[in-house]
Amino acid sequence: MMNSSTMKRPARIRESFGDRVFLSGVYLFLLIVFLIVLYPLVFVVSSSFSSAVAVSSGRVWLGPVDFSLRGYEVAFSNPQIITGYANSLYYTFFGTLISVTLTVLVAYPLSRRTLFGRDAIMIFITFTMIFYGGLIPTYLVVKNLGMLNTRWALLIPQAMAAWQVIIARTFFQVNIPEELAEAAELDGCSDLRFLWSVVIPLSKPILAVLVLMYAVGQWNAYFDALLYLKSADLHPLQLVLRSILILNTTTSGSMEASVMVERQQMADLLKYSLIVVGSLPVLLIYPFAQRYFVRGMLIGSIKG
Amino acid sequence: MRMTQSEAIPATTSTGFPQSNARSRPTARKNNSLWKVAQRSLRRHWQLYLIMVPGLLYFVVFKYIPMVNAVIAFKDYNVVAGIWGSEWVGLKHFAMFFNNPVFWTLLKNTLVLSVYALLVGFPIPIMLAIALNEVRDGLFKRSVQLVTYAPYFISTVVMVSMIMLLLAPRLGVVNQGMQALGLPTTNLLGRPDAFSSIYVWSGVWQNTGYAAIVYLAALAGIDPTLYEAAKVDGATRLQKIINIDLPGIMPVAVIILILTVGSLLAIGFEKVYLLQNPLNLGASEIIPTYVYKIGLLNANYSFATAVGLFNSGINMLLLVLVNSWARRVSDYSLW
Repeated sequence: MMNSSTMKRPARIRESFGDRVFLSGVYLFLLIVFLIVLYPLVFVVSSSFSSAVAVSSGRVWLGPVDFSLRGYEVAFSNPQIITGYANSLYYTFFGTLISVTLTVLVAYPLSRRTLFGRDAIMIFITFTMIFYGGLIPTYLVVKNLGMLNTRWALLIPQAMAAWQVIIARTFFQVNIPEELAEAAELDGCSDLRFLWSVVIPLSKPILAVLVLMYAVGQWNAYFDALLYLKSADLHPLQLVLRSILILNTTTSGSMEASVMVERQQMADLLKYSLIVVGSLPVLLIYPFAQRYFVRGMLIGSIKG
Repeated sequence: MRMTQSEAIPATTSTGFPQSNARSRPTARKNNSLWKVAQRSLRRHWQLYLIMVPGLLYFVVFKYIPMVNAVIAFKDYNVVAGIWGSEWVGLKHFAMFFNNPVFWTLLKNTLVLSVYALLVGFPIPIMLAIALNEVRDGLFKRSVQLVTYAPYFISTVVMVSMIMLLLAPRLGVVNQGMQALGLPTTNLLGRPDAFSSIYVWSGVWQNTGYAAIVYLAALAGIDPTLYEAAKVDGATRLQKIINIDLPGIMPVAVIILILTVGSLLAIGFEKVYLLQNPLNLGASEIIPTYVYKIGLLNANYSFATAVGLFNSGINMLLLVLVNSWARRVSDYSLW
């Protein structure tokens, strides 16, 4: 019995029974993985769109129950959340700007074969991936620089990562031919001008990778803020979320009694809404980010 | 590591560097020419050197100075005297740590979490990548990829909140499911014996999809003629996986294994710290969280630095050991 597809490709050997069973097993495995990963995400999002009563009585298990946006209203009426959001946007924007600029300015020169000492500098940078001075010694540096409890503490101490420098350098090395730089040099183009007018326009993919890696890292970070920032008005969103979601503390001072009672009732609903709110910017760029993150992983895995 | 001067020398000969003179004194020539190459590169690329300064300064200030500051592990640091003015005490803080009964608990907890995470977290992404590789491109495959990568982007704070909500004693989905099945409900996060599994499997949930990417790339790079040859020989899918796929991803897998083992004790500190509560502390206190509490919350800088240094040292030792082991048995290694 030959069907049309096997007629067209006579070289194809028909899959054995065992292989078809095996393949079904593979599909089943992937389906189970898919559902296990998907379910908690669906559950959280559905809960955030349900009513407080439905959530606190445990009636939500798949879709939203008694659809309501109350959780989001409460979340966005909380001044802590608004401040945290504004701070996180600030840190993410400026932190990413600083990180990407510094990384490109180090990675591009290191990609030039004619740069004397580039291997030594590369070892110098890579070594920081292997050995870590420690939490306290790093803290002392930040403290001695007078950065404690200032916005700089979140922008500078984690500005660069050796891994990102390696990825960017590999990209430049593979994609910007040395001959191009040499030809430009012969024509009297300076290194800086070449970097600005030729390398940067040709490197949009790696810039996107760097921007996304640093931005997601900055948006999601909480620990440095915990270490270095005391005043609440400097706290990024993640730290605010930590105090509400994990430590279960809320500011009660400025809140009316009726709001407080409602707050108690819908504490759980608020948590689900906050999880969605806190992940929103990352979720929004995710479909776009995914492609670039994959690319970043792939560039990184090429041996530079 | 090979230095670049060997490549750069031919380019410099056109300058009229007195070669005959140099040839007569080989060592002097080498130093001299190295210096010349450096000078020449500096003159030619001064702009490139200049723009590297801020970034390199960053690494000096925030990575290397802390390594130097770590000497306070061997001193009794006090703020007034400063790092260099404080008194040397040798290995006092290390001895204090090793003689402290908490040492063995910390070491055990740290090792249990990291080794468990390695044993589970290393093979599962490989399985996922191989399974995805068997499936034809299409909506199903793309959906699985899109969904499995997504949790990687969730922040630690949100991840831990989700764990707490899902495992909540009364309303958590997990306990509701248990109830529906007629099983007793428990406060899983309050049980020390459940802590390592919660930590490890939530990590698997969050990171497997992302970790699989690099293996998928390695699989895509395998020479297709190998599969054709195997097909002609009548190999089954499983045989192809064992004889083509697994050897094909071996180099990548070994590198990732080395990197993972090398950071074995530097495990997800931020996540463990958030998952801790007074009930599970017996299993959840690890060396890095202890360093944070002793060092910053109790302001015992020198002792905490000694503990942290012990951790970093063990990490580096593990990295060197696993790298040399990998080089011996598999030909693949970091250096």
